[in-house]
Amino acid sequence: MFAYIVRRVLYAIPILIGVNLITFALFFVVNTPDDMARMQLGIKRVTPEAIQKWKAERGYDKPLFINAQASGTDKLTQTIFYTKSISMFAFEFGRADDGRDIANEIRTRMGPSLAIALPTFVLSLFVTISFALLLVLFRATYLDFWGVVVCVAMMSISSLFYIIGGQFLVAKLWNLVPISGYSGGLDAPRFLVLPVIVGVIGGIGAGTRWYRTIFLEEINRDYVRTARAKGLSEVRVMFGHVLKNAMIPILTGVVVVIPTLFLGSLITESFFGIPGLGSYTIDAINSQDFAVVRAMVFIGSVLYIVGLILTDISYTLVDPRVRLQ
Amino acid sequence: MPILPVILWTDLLLFALIAAAIGAGLYVRRQPHLRAGWRQVMGNGPAMASATVLAVFVVIGVLDSLHFRAPLEAVKGKAPRYAVEVQSIFDVLVGGLRQRTEKTYSAPLDAYLFAKESVERPDGTQSREFPRLKHGGAHLADPAREADADITRRVLSGLALATVLWLSLGAIIAAAQGHAHGVAAGETWRAIWRGETPVAWRAVMVTGALLLVIAGPVAMLSGGWHVLGTDKVGQDVLYLTLKSIRTALVIGTLTTLVTLPIAVSLGLLAGYLGGWVDDVIQYVYTTLNSIPGVLLIAASVLMMQVVIDTHPDWFATSAERADARLLALCLILGMTSWTGLCRLLRGETLKLRELDYVQAARAFGVSKLRIMARHILPNLMHIVLISVVMDFSGLVLAEAVLSYVGVGVDPSTISFGTMINTARMELSREPMVWWSLLAAFVFMFLLVLAANLFADAVRDAFDPRMRRIVRPRTVWPAARGVARGAA
Repeated sequence: MFAYIVRRVLYAIPILIGVNLITFALFFVVNTPDDMARMQLGIKRVTPEAIQKWKAERGYDKPLFINAQASGTDKLTQTIFYTKSISMFAFEFGRADDGRDIANEIRTRMGPSLAIALPTFVLSLFVTISFALLLVLFRATYLDFWGVVVCVAMMSISSLFYIIGGQFLVAKLWNLVPISGYSGGLDAPRFLVLPVIVGVIGGIGAGTRWYRTIFLEEINRDYVRTARAKGLSEVRVMFGHVLKNAMIPILTGVVVVIPTLFLGSLITESFFGIPGLGSYTIDAINSQDFAVVRAMVFIGSVLYIVGLILTDISYTLVDPRVRLQ
Repeated sequence: MPILPVILWTDLLLFALIAAAIGAGLYVRRQPHLRAGWRQVMGNGPAMASATVLAVFVVIGVLDSLHFRAPLEAVKGKAPRYAVEVQSIFDVLVGGLRQRTEKTYSAPLDAYLFAKESVERPDGTQSREFPRLKHGGAHLADPAREADADITRRVLSGLALATVLWLSLGAIIAAAQGHAHGVAAGETWRAIWRGETPVAWRAVMVTGALLLVIAGPVAMLSGGWHVLGTDKVGQDVLYLTLKSIRTALVIGTLTTLVTLPIAVSLGLLAGYLGGWVDDVIQYVYTTLNSIPGVLLIAASVLMMQVVIDTHPDWFATSAERADARLLALCLILGMTSWTGLCRLLRGETLKLRELDYVQAARAFGVSKLRIMARHILPNLMHIVLISVVMDFSGLVLAEAVLSYVGVGVDPSTISFGTMINTARMELSREPMVWWSLLAAFVFMFLLVLAANLFADAVRDAFDPRMRRIVRPRTVWPAARGVARGAA
């Protein structure tokens, strides 16, 4: 198992290099640093000196891939590609356009992001799986039929509607919680409860339907018939047997997102004014802060790959037949 | 003076898509196994109901894709000049809706502006009051007294119009179906209502009735009122929502279609050839897949924006620039979503290439390319079809979210996303401006719900894992069965 994990981590390196290449191509080749400087400084009145200064401040004043003027290995290392990529792999992201250290910012913003994402994730998983099991328990009845109809309808509603509707109803009309904002410590739940509830409700439709299909595929297996034949109640069959055996497809979809919870949700955080990584990314996008967006893309990919490895490990925990070699 | 037709890139692709759909339809007619699948879809009530809704949306979207530039007044001896503004046939058909703008917000079916203004009274004094609208209810002398009567009159005439249209729709369907099956139209009409026709016409008729009951009065009312109010700059919200449909359709369909060739060819190559080709293709899609979607889209859109902004000379009109951005957004969305389809196709190809008929073809010396194109590709088409219809609704929803994040369509493009984005701040106003937000959400909901239901029916009909015994509908027309038996 250890050897397997080491191998998987090694496999991740070429993928991360690929991610780095893609982001590099996006940020520096599609638009030259000169283009970006002109964009940032305003297209109309911009002097060549100002462009040079902008580039020098960010370390963009080197050639892209090959530095013909340098000698020896410097030909390759004194380039934007090399310096920007190496620092990325060392998790040094440099400074944002407002002069703050990106790595430091990410560390402090991770907390609020997790405070929203983790409860939403756990609650949502619990609610959707329970609903799905309920629908399967009453399969081929009107409850099942109308349950699916409600799910499809809920899936068809924009997530923005849930957020705006929730803010309007709970915060504005009923005045139960603040519309948006955040504070740490004991005061936090007051700000968190609405985004979490909205997040859970928004996910009910798609989630319930997805798990229902998984359980329905499982319900026709032989072991279910056996369990029923030996006289187990339908509820025991559902929660004791079907749920356990459906773990593999469930885990495939679930575990991979756990690490990416750190990234937070762009939409939720910006609507509720939560100072997490999601709103950080949105602000960076709106102010066209390329360094921040690039750092977030890189971190996102790292977390996704971690998620994939965790998924494989989780299989061994729920299914003794799976062995990692 | 003639108009100057403008063909935007998305228009071109949309029409190409329609042509392809017609071609595919003709092809399907000749293939019994495909026809059976579509027949199952057409016999499905919810599917036909949603198809009716979708058809209405598509007609609006297509009319809105026929763009032109109106001629300006001619100057003698000079070449004709055209307005910078790009319009569509749809704009012409809805008549004044485009031009009938107010100063700012006004509530649905209101004759007064939403904000107070200084108004000069006839006697020379000034007062702060809600001024009359320039268009909404402007035909009435005293809206407070006459509005209700006028609205009732318009609704009733709209309902009458709807009834006439609905009856003629029913008559056409009954006559055409009756003619095709050799049954009298009256008998066909009754068969439709008993739900005995092989195609679920009853669902179509019921949906058509619902749509007409809403559309008729709305059409009549919009002649003199702002049915859904006006937005911040005074544009008619009904007009904006109808215009948003095209953007949603473009994003929902073109996104999957522009990247379909990549996904299909790479999936086929990886699955059939294996070896290093497989390794490379797998590496490419794993890498793309490992970048969180929203971030990749955000990064790409940002970069594309810089390209467009630094090359203003590429585009003759602002509509063309907005269109280029829309198309680029489709491409970018597609780039991040083709990986899933590619992986599915690769897996299926791996399975298919071991089957006997493929082995036989190989033994006959059929070339690799030909095996892939003739023997494997047709058996992958159901996956492609299902993924295209399933992706549609997700993409429509994604557009709204992305436009909110600021990486969606051009702010000048009318779309559900831009509507929601501009309207959401207004909820905090006192009293609240809710109409444009609600209109956008309701229209989006209808479109996405119809797409979801239709996609489910298509998946049920074409996914072998979903295939189950379908209860055949009551055989109709009975006379035909007899005639066949006699022959």
